[in-house]
Amino acid sequence: MTTTAELMDYAEVVERYDPVLGLEVHVELSTNTKMFCGCPNSFGGDPNTHVCPVCLGLPGALPVVNGTAVESAIRIGLALNCDIAEWCRFARKNYFYPDMPKNFQTSQYDEPIAFDGYIDVVLDDGEVVRVDIERAHMEEDTGKSLHVGGATGRIHGAEHSLLDYNRAGVPLIEIVTKPITGMGERAPEVARAYVTALRDLLRAMDVSDVRMDQGSLRCDANVSLMPKGASEFGTRTETKNVNSLRSVERAVRHEMTRHAAILADGGSIKQETRHFQEADGTTAAGRTKETAEDYRYFPEPDLVPIAPTREWVEQLRATIPEMPWERRKRIQDDWNLTDEELRDLVNTGAIDLVAATVDAGATQADARSWWVQYLNQQATSRETELADLAITPAQVARVIELVGSGELTNKLARQVVDGVLDGEGDPDQVIEKRGLKVVSDDSALLAAVDEALAAQPDVADKIRGGKVQAAGAIVGAVMKATKGQADAARVRELILERVGA
Amino acid sequence: MSNISRDEVAHLAKLARMAVTEEELDTFAGQLDQILDAVAKVGEVAGDDIPPTSHAVPLTNVFRPDEVRPGLSQDEALSGAPAAEEGRFRVPRILGEEQ
Repeated sequence: MTTTAELMDYAEVVERYDPVLGLEVHVELSTNTKMFCGCPNSFGGDPNTHVCPVCLGLPGALPVVNGTAVESAIRIGLALNCDIAEWCRFARKNYFYPDMPKNFQTSQYDEPIAFDGYIDVVLDDGEVVRVDIERAHMEEDTGKSLHVGGATGRIHGAEHSLLDYNRAGVPLIEIVTKPITGMGERAPEVARAYVTALRDLLRAMDVSDVRMDQGSLRCDANVSLMPKGASEFGTRTETKNVNSLRSVERAVRHEMTRHAAILADGGSIKQETRHFQEADGTTAAGRTKETAEDYRYFPEPDLVPIAPTREWVEQLRATIPEMPWERRKRIQDDWNLTDEELRDLVNTGAIDLVAATVDAGATQADARSWWVQYLNQQATSRETELADLAITPAQVARVIELVGSGELTNKLARQVVDGVLDGEGDPDQVIEKRGLKVVSDDSALLAAVDEALAAQPDVADKIRGGKVQAAGAIVGAVMKATKGQADAARVRELILERVGA
Repeated sequence: MSNISRDEVAHLAKLARMAVTEEELDTFAGQLDQILDAVAKVGEVAGDDIPPTSHAVPLTNVFRPDEVRPGLSQDEALSGAPAAEEGRFRVPRILGEEQ
């Protein structure tokens, strides 16, 4: 099982072989209820508390399709430029495995709801690759198994297994690409970029949580190699358990180097499922794949066909938001950003937050500066994602507004933001509680200015003598006296006024 | 007409997790042949203009609103299970890999 595979150097792999990829992505929809019953669709919960006779497969229980899930499926199909079936059915995929208590999974077979689409994927260097979509079909998720008694909690060596069916029946959309060819050495990068683009798209459409770490977005990577210049695809393996975007790239790359070593040695690839191992980036053999025939698919008799009217499809088409990569391009043009500035925004996950902050009234330069710099540092030091920081774009916009009107200095503004991040309330509440307002009352400031000038008469003389830059020392003294709560520019004006320079 | 082999019957039996004896393989192969022949007769009367029927009622688009409905408690869910542990259904060791 765990013998170390021989691997070929990657440079040699891409010199000798052409990779072919096929990616299957499963997306859990974030509907309120499951696909075929009214049980809640929510992550976690005590085991077997989100279940009913339908998702437990009890005798006589009848499924009814979740209309919202069908809408989401059609919208996803449209966003992927697919045709939407005029008429399609569910099918039973029969297999014996306790993760589905019905002994079949309700899926779609030869009549997917969406088919023949594409998605344009932007690689890191800006190159655009079109990935063709074979189909997107509706199905249901399975329950979760806990294997007891094995050394590692894995299935091998387990004495028995425990099943929780909370996830059984959760709406799932499976999106399958056509074979992705001609990518050469960039194949692993294309795989990651494709899954990233899908994730961004699904998030923008608000149809799924798309959390790879929680399994609401899962990718199975089919990889095969053929000798350079050949046209017939080689035998593929399907790698599962790929739980992050980075793992998608690593898994594809690993399989390429493993296949190449076997093929170069005169061996043949076994068509099988493999499991990605996060720890060392390798894959381990799983079961030999059953063929489609072995699943004995047949039309689901308990569910009537789905025939989306063209009017309905067009109504749903109108709800498709601007694609994230188109939006990025527009934002880049609107804000006049260099590729590098845009990449910083995208890589820190700041772009949507900046856009929302701009929508809330801030200038893009201020919004960008806050999110990419100070807030990004805060996210790093607080070990969280930028989007998960406890501050909203509207709150950031309010802070920016207060700085703009001179009520906060940059230094005070950072303290206000810290207060918001620490849960002390809105910016205005933090200002109130911490007493952070800029001292803008001129009489208070003048008193401080006079005091500082009196304390440093030599400096006052220099200013009077025309050395205006000497005012900096007085400004510093006033700022110190007011604990940084004065507007430095105003202080400077008052000093010059006072000495009559 | 059709000709189901012993090997095909054995394969089907394996997929259905049924233990079948050597004699039964012959018996079932013959019986399955008869069943397939009988079903194939439908094709003699249905022309190309008649679509295959999977449902007896002429309905489409039967949907449910996306609203939570009460289900079973954990105790109720597990009440019919031969074995349960930690709020979960307990099943014998699973051979082969996860789906």
